[in-house]
Order: sequence, then structure tokens, then C-alpha cells
Amino acid sequence: MYLTKEEERVLKGEFGEGTQKALELLVAIGDAYDAEKMIPISRAHAASSGQEGDLYFVELLANGGARCKVPTSTNPVYDIPYFHELFEKIPEEEADVARRVMDAYKRVGAILSWSCLPYLSENIPLFGETVAFSESSATPYVNSVIGARTNREAAQSALAAGVIGKTPEYGLLVKKNRKGTHLVKVEATLKDEFDYTLLGYYVGKKIGYGIPVLTGISRQPSTEELINFCAMSNVSGAISMFYIPGFTVETLTVEEAFQGDVPEDKIAVTDRELERAYDELQTTGEKVDFVMLGCPHYTLKQVGEAARLLSGKRIHNDVSFWICTSATTRLLAERIGYVDTIEKAGGHVVVDTCIDEPCWIAYRNKVGMTDSPKCSYYRRFKEARVGRLQDCVEAAVKGK
Amino acid sequence: MRMKNDIVLKCHKVIGGYGEGEALISHEPVCFYLTDPRTGIVREKNHELAGKNLAGKVLVFPSGKASSVVQIDGLFKLASHSVAPKALIVKDVETVLVVSAFMTKVPLVDRLEKDPFEVIHTGDFVKVDAEKGMVMVKKQGS
Repeated sequence: MYLTKEEERVLKGEFGEGTQKALELLVAIGDAYDAEKMIPISRAHAASSGQEGDLYFVELLANGGARCKVPTSTNPVYDIPYFHELFEKIPEEEADVARRVMDAYKRVGAILSWSCLPYLSENIPLFGETVAFSESSATPYVNSVIGARTNREAAQSALAAGVIGKTPEYGLLVKKNRKGTHLVKVEATLKDEFDYTLLGYYVGKKIGYGIPVLTGISRQPSTEELINFCAMSNVSGAISMFYIPGFTVETLTVEEAFQGDVPEDKIAVTDRELERAYDELQTTGEKVDFVMLGCPHYTLKQVGEAARLLSGKRIHNDVSFWICTSATTRLLAERIGYVDTIEKAGGHVVVDTCIDEPCWIAYRNKVGMTDSPKCSYYRRFKEARVGRLQDCVEAAVKGK
Repeated sequence: MRMKNDIVLKCHKVIGGYGEGEALISHEPVCFYLTDPRTGIVREKNHELAGKNLAGKVLVFPSGKASSVVQIDGLFKLASHSVAPKALIVKDVETVLVVSAFMTKVPLVDRLEKDPFEVIHTGDFVKVDAEKGMVMVKKQGS
């Protein structure tokens, strides 16, 4: 790969070990893909996770004096004080890793969003921007809904790109690689967000790896519907980009999405496929011990909908009720009164927190209900029921 | 020492370094998270390597799989218990695998001049010199 004089000096360590390690990683990736050169990015999102591998790399950069050159946001870990006050059983070593991760991201000058939807409020790419966004649900949203360009990054490669302000030019940053691979004819009726959840889950499972082009969708999908499609198609598969010509921004027509080529494969999705996907997601019919919402993080609209459904009701004493969201969203939800309504009903609205974290250890042997297959996939609990938000609320109130 | 019937293959360096060991072949993609982090034994049910040990081996496999977080953390945990493979020979490299090898300093090469699944078999002794872009295979029993 061609490197500029300045890049060579970074690689020699003239600007410190942190930037040196960051660029070393990017050069290795560039070499793996035969990239010709590095190109500038405008922003990055590091899918921080509070795991040991994550800790190693962010500390390597932070201790080596690196600082983010472009806005670089972070994924949720967990709200340490909140959970440790509530649960005694969380191992102290886990808290220590989480604390150190969060501190190191602060030291590298990241935007401490601790959110998996940074593209909605804390770090928003524009159409056509080149960015480095990790988080498997954020990558396809940014590529497809916004029309910016990002590869499927790991937390470390995204952080390295944020520190250097560049990324190797390869993969989905290059127009010809953004070509559709599969034609997906949607014949199923898509009524709401949950139908998009099932659609995403089915399409990811069926295609595995590729760029689907969806036809047959008759109305503009909502933000939440698109978020769900992105998240769930990356639970069952690896879909870093998709097209819904007419509604996603990069192309107007199906032909354009395939760049004039023929699809590698064609599939159809009917109501029956979605019903089957639904059945497959249920691991139990037992009564629920807790309800977990917000994987990915709930938007303000979703927090509001949960508040509306819980208004004047009381969550059953045997059930705990959780909504995960960003600090930004909670602030507004508090101001509007949603948080108060949910808390009065007996629920929690927590920030900075991901379902795949050790803070949920109390639920390891419990039955959970969620509206997200992504949440149930992580299996931080024993058995899962998956259903619509209103069904989750009903189960929580009735205690069954 | 190089023997007469050793096979020497050119390859493409992705992550530099040198590693040698007994070859372990997987025709299926590998997820490092689905191994025992203390021993290196593959725990993934129904995987062709189930019950086999990755520790100290030169692993030959088609590609990685699973989410970036678990894949990277998986190899990282193996390496921190000193039970990671000594080198990785892969057919299709992708970003997450590059990051995993970079963080653990395990040499990673691809694009061998011959199909690694035809030339290398489980039990062969393999030396991977990523810096020089060379793989040396000493056939089992030779």
C-alpha cells in the first residue's frame, strides 16, 4: 500500500506509540485487501464492549498518547454505579474491566455516547461521507439508510481509523463493491416494527453474507423499522448493506442497485416465512421473570410507546422490567415525563448499557421476554420469549 | 534443517512474525470464541474440530466467522492463556481476522501459491515465516 511521508513517520513511531499501533493495524488491513492507499474519514464509531480484547487495544492506544482525530463515538458497556447498587453478585473483576475500558475511551478523546444508535443523535454521518462505523447494526444503517460509506469494522479498526482520521480504501468504500447480490421479493404484510424484526432475521438467515435488494415494500419504513431490519439481519447473517429502491437513498431503481448486473440469487418472503421465523425464536412458553427492551437501544419514540402502554398500570411483583437507551434519549424522556410513567409502573430505564454485559448475571437462570432476537441471541439468560412490545408489556403486567 | 522432500510455498503476509508447529486442518470456518480459553480445545458442537486442540498448532482454515467482538475476544483469551495457535493460514481473510491476529501477534498469511488444503494435512510439521512470505511443510512420516 502506498503511504505518504507523514504516514511513514507515524508508522516509525515519531508521533508516539498510540498512533503507531493504530496505523500498523490499518496498514495490515489495507495489505490484506490490497488497498492502494489510505483515504480520509470524517467520523468513526467504535463498538466498545467492555471485554478483555477491547480493553487491551484501547489502553494500548490511550497509554501510547493517541487521541481521536475525528469524532469517534462509543457503544454501550454498562452503567456501573446503577447495577452494582442493585445487584451484589456482579464480579468485581468484571466491573474493573468495564471501568478501565470506559476510562481509556475517555483518555483517547472519544465521544462517550455509550450508544449503539450514535447515527441518530451523537455522531451523524451525511450522505456520501466516508466513515468507519463498527457495531453490526450501525454498519448497514449508515451504508444503506444514510448512504454514507463504511466497511464492516471491528471495534479496534474503527477506533484506529478514528485516531488516524483515515482508513484503507477497500470493500464497501468502493462503488463497484456496493453492488446488490440478492433480489428479495417481499410478499409478506409488514405492519409494524416487529414485522421488520422478523424480516431482518429471515433475510439474514437465508442470505448469510451479501447485499440484498428488497422489492415489494409499499410504504416508507420508519426509523425504528429500519433499525430493526439492520440489527436482526446481523444476528442471523452478515448484511453490511442493503437496498430498498425508492426508500433507501443510494439508488432509485432495482437495476441501479445491481449496477446493471443480474442478481446472484432471488428469494421471496411471504407471511409464512415470517411466522416460521417467529416460532423459531421462542425457546419456551414458560412464565417470564423479566422483560428486556432496547436491543438495539430504544429510540425516544419507543420509550414513549412503552410509557403509553404502561400508563396507570403496575408491573407484576415477580417480574422486572428493563428498557435500555442512550443518555441523550433518557434526558429527553425524563423531560417529557416518559421515565416517570415507566418508573411509577415499576420499570427501569437504564443508560450506557448493553444486554451482552456481565451486569445481567442475576438473570442467568431466568426466563426473559424481549422484542429483540438480538437480545435473546446473546443468551445472558436461560430461556427466551420474543414478541411485540405490547405483548412484552402485557406479560410484565400479568406476570405470565 | 531443510529436508529434501520439504515443500516450500510462497504466501502473502497479512500479520508478520514466525510460527511453527503441527498442522491442524479445518475445512469449516473457525470461531475462536467457541473454544475453551484455558486449554484451546474446540467446544463447538458439530464442528469438524470439536474436541481437537488449537494450542501450539499451525491452523489451516478457510475463514473466520461470528461477530467481531466474540471472534477477537476469543483469540485474545487463548493468547493470554498461551494456548493460541502458533500461526494461521487462511483462504479468505477479512477485517475481523486481521484485527484478531494483530492483537495477539499470531502470524497470519493467505494466498498460498498452491491450495493449502491439498498440500497440507493434519499432522504435517509446518513453519510459517510471514516476514519472508514463506510456508515450509514437512510431510508427516517423511
